[in-house]
Amino acid sequence: MPSIEGLSISKSFGGVRALREASFSAEQGEVHALVGENGAGKSTMIKILSGLYPPDSGQIRVHNQPVSLGSPQAALQLGMATIFQELTLLPYMTVAENLLLDREPRFGGLIRRGAMPDAAQTLLDQYAVQGLNPLELVANLTLGRRQVVEIVKTVSRQPRILFLDEPTSALAEEEVKWLFGLIADLRRRGVCMVFTSHRWNEIKGLADRITVFRNGASVGVFAGIDLSEEGAVELMTGRKLDMQYPEPPPLAKRTPVFAAHDLAGRGLRGATFTSYEGEILGVGGLAGQGQRDLFLALFGAGRFKSGFIDVRGARVRLRSPRAAIRAGIALVPEDRKTEGLLLPLSIRANLSLPILGRLSRAGIIHRRAEEILNRSIIEQLAVRTPSQEQPVGMLSGGNQQKVLLGRWLLSGARILLLYDITRGVDVATKHDIYELILRLAAEGHTLLFYSTDTEELAHICHRVIIMREGRFVAELEGQAITPEAIVAAAIRVPGSDRPLSARQAAGAPA
Amino acid sequence: MSATAAPAPRGRFSKRMRLRYYSAQNVPLLLSLGLLAALLILYYFLFIAREGRAPGNFELTTTVNNTLTTGLAAMGQAMVVLTGGIDLSVGGIIDMTNAFAAVHMGTSTGSMIGVSLLVLLLGTGAGLINGLLVAYGRLQPIVVTIATLTIYQGVAIEIMNTPGGQIPQAMTDMFSGTIPRLGYLPNSLVLLALLIVFWQILRRTPFVATLYAIGNDARAARANGAAVVRTRLAAFGLSGFFSGFAGLYFATVNTSGDPTSGDTFTLTSIAAVVLGGISLFGGRGSALGALVGAFILNLILIVLFFTAIDQEYTDLFQGLFLILAVVASVLVGRLLQRGR
Repeated sequence: MPSIEGLSISKSFGGVRALREASFSAEQGEVHALVGENGAGKSTMIKILSGLYPPDSGQIRVHNQPVSLGSPQAALQLGMATIFQELTLLPYMTVAENLLLDREPRFGGLIRRGAMPDAAQTLLDQYAVQGLNPLELVANLTLGRRQVVEIVKTVSRQPRILFLDEPTSALAEEEVKWLFGLIADLRRRGVCMVFTSHRWNEIKGLADRITVFRNGASVGVFAGIDLSEEGAVELMTGRKLDMQYPEPPPLAKRTPVFAAHDLAGRGLRGATFTSYEGEILGVGGLAGQGQRDLFLALFGAGRFKSGFIDVRGARVRLRSPRAAIRAGIALVPEDRKTEGLLLPLSIRANLSLPILGRLSRAGIIHRRAEEILNRSIIEQLAVRTPSQEQPVGMLSGGNQQKVLLGRWLLSGARILLLYDITRGVDVATKHDIYELILRLAAEGHTLLFYSTDTEELAHICHRVIIMREGRFVAELEGQAITPEAIVAAAIRVPGSDRPLSARQAAGAPA
Repeated sequence: MSATAAPAPRGRFSKRMRLRYYSAQNVPLLLSLGLLAALLILYYFLFIAREGRAPGNFELTTTVNNTLTTGLAAMGQAMVVLTGGIDLSVGGIIDMTNAFAAVHMGTSTGSMIGVSLLVLLLGTGAGLINGLLVAYGRLQPIVVTIATLTIYQGVAIEIMNTPGGQIPQAMTDMFSGTIPRLGYLPNSLVLLALLIVFWQILRRTPFVATLYAIGNDARAARANGAAVVRTRLAAFGLSGFFSGFAGLYFATVNTSGDPTSGDTFTLTSIAAVVLGGISLFGGRGSALGALVGAFILNLILIVLFFTAIDQEYTDLFQGLFLILAVVASVLVGRLLQRGR
């Protein structure tokens, strides 16, 4: 008997059809994967089934009963809960307040604030979560730790039907293991789980059944063992895809372009590197070892107390992102929503923003020139969009990344800092992005590429340097770059064979 | 970043540990308390220099009496600001309610109690109208309350077109007198203590927990199953209640009504909320900060008075002081942040 069903569900957002009479069903005690490209409608389906959005048409059935879910509250009452991709944590409230929201320990109707940390700790212990302090503000946690809080919060409501929308995208390896254990446990207890992921080994390892979505509708339901990655990708994209990673061409000569000497400050303890023209320099290591601080410092958005940055042999002072942009440096961050793009504005407006001066004559924007320039970059980067006027917020994650990259290329950036830009991006778009990175390198750009995905680091970089505790501890080049070597270098402590503790490996803030 | 990430000892959180986290997470409130303390010291010495004696019970009474209207208005403002909104109609509600009290209140006990309750009801009703428009009409708080501000100002003129009316002496004594048997303890100080107790209870209600959740992230609060719409409505209702209370208090302290003199409280209530360390983005801060902010604002005025600055320039200096205070608290906050 199906636990949850969505029948012929349609949903549009401002003219864009996210779901076209899509159907989906999942059973009690099964783990059901929902796969598809970004924008295929997986997340929309989950949001409709969990009551966050009302469907335009179609029926939702829970345990064979038609229901109308007016709100997440109504869904909760039916025993349904969701772990959302955009977390639903409240940043300036503590871990305890977040975990216990709406079911705080009470006395005569009043919340016993003093009892909350202990109650939260009991929950955390119950789910074997370590190194999380209930008194800490959520805003002070790393993304991975926040995801753990979100998972515990949701699962501890003991739902009968649980939706997980890309639950692993922010998790470190240890945390992923923890989550898998949790999911196995819930399956034993008969909970129906529906999850989305872009990581095939997770889908393969977890899913009893897989439903593939393309263009807002289901294109097939398979038993987990029957579907191969190639088969799934073909169904998702509707075309055969070369699953090989593209390889970068060897560097002809080494012209130093971008170098840092002994950068120290917040999160950084003497980071030194030199990168060359046309080089893709990978930055690896466990999450939270100072990579973020390094990228922010190189973009003038973070402060460092000592050290120097050189661009083409000349010392530069990067006191603001504006100064960095003038020096030809650009940053594409992981979190597009808060760092870089103006979501409600059109692609055109976003692309033109840093070059308005160049596009204007006597203070008036030259529309024609703007359009031609933008069209060329949209084609060059293969941004999938109906028009330049499409609001950026309506694009899928991968395409948003392309727009941001395009903006920097238009503004003449020669040094590109790419910070985990493929996170949460589907296979096909990832592929586009790899191709793009290689082409940019071939055109003589210098790229710094941080990624939590060791596979892709190993394949598309000329060199990979491994960061730990704010400095570089290893450098891999050519044949020596393998995923195993990257992981080994990330975990090994120099001078001893002692690996990092589980807590550090899980990316807890130091 | 975090104050610390040391793993917590299982199941036990010491008082000291809680306090350490609480203070690290409430720097703006602590800063505003520091500013208040600094102003009090300054006031104390200026007073001695001018009067040749230390300030006594009379000064305490008048200071608290003069501050409490702003304090009440700021408490109301805080309810809305904590949800991430703003209530510009506070001044209009005070216009309306203080006029209503001065016109209708008789000297009988029944009339005093009855009219007081009506005044609170009037304020709450006005707040609920704001709330209905914001929560159910999905309009922006600033737009709604800028409109209702003028409407409430108009209603105030209807109630009473020139300053006047009368508040019974007994009423004035109750709100701004002293208790001789308790060493002339100011009644307003008792009221202040009651307000603090009221907030301590209120912040333990699920309603205020939801209030903070909405201010943090309304979308996330909704996804968590919080009653966003109802809580927004209640926040405005409560703001109206406090504004009505402020109007009542204002009338009793002045022993009469004035249909326009409440206007200033819109801006002073916002200034008090900001000085008290409540984030205008919502979700952060304590309503007690609003009370602290109200005292800071009033002490600034008194200190300026003592420095014998020409009356014409007090507004100018008050503004400058405000900017200085806000800048100082931001700077100190950054320093503390960097120190960790």
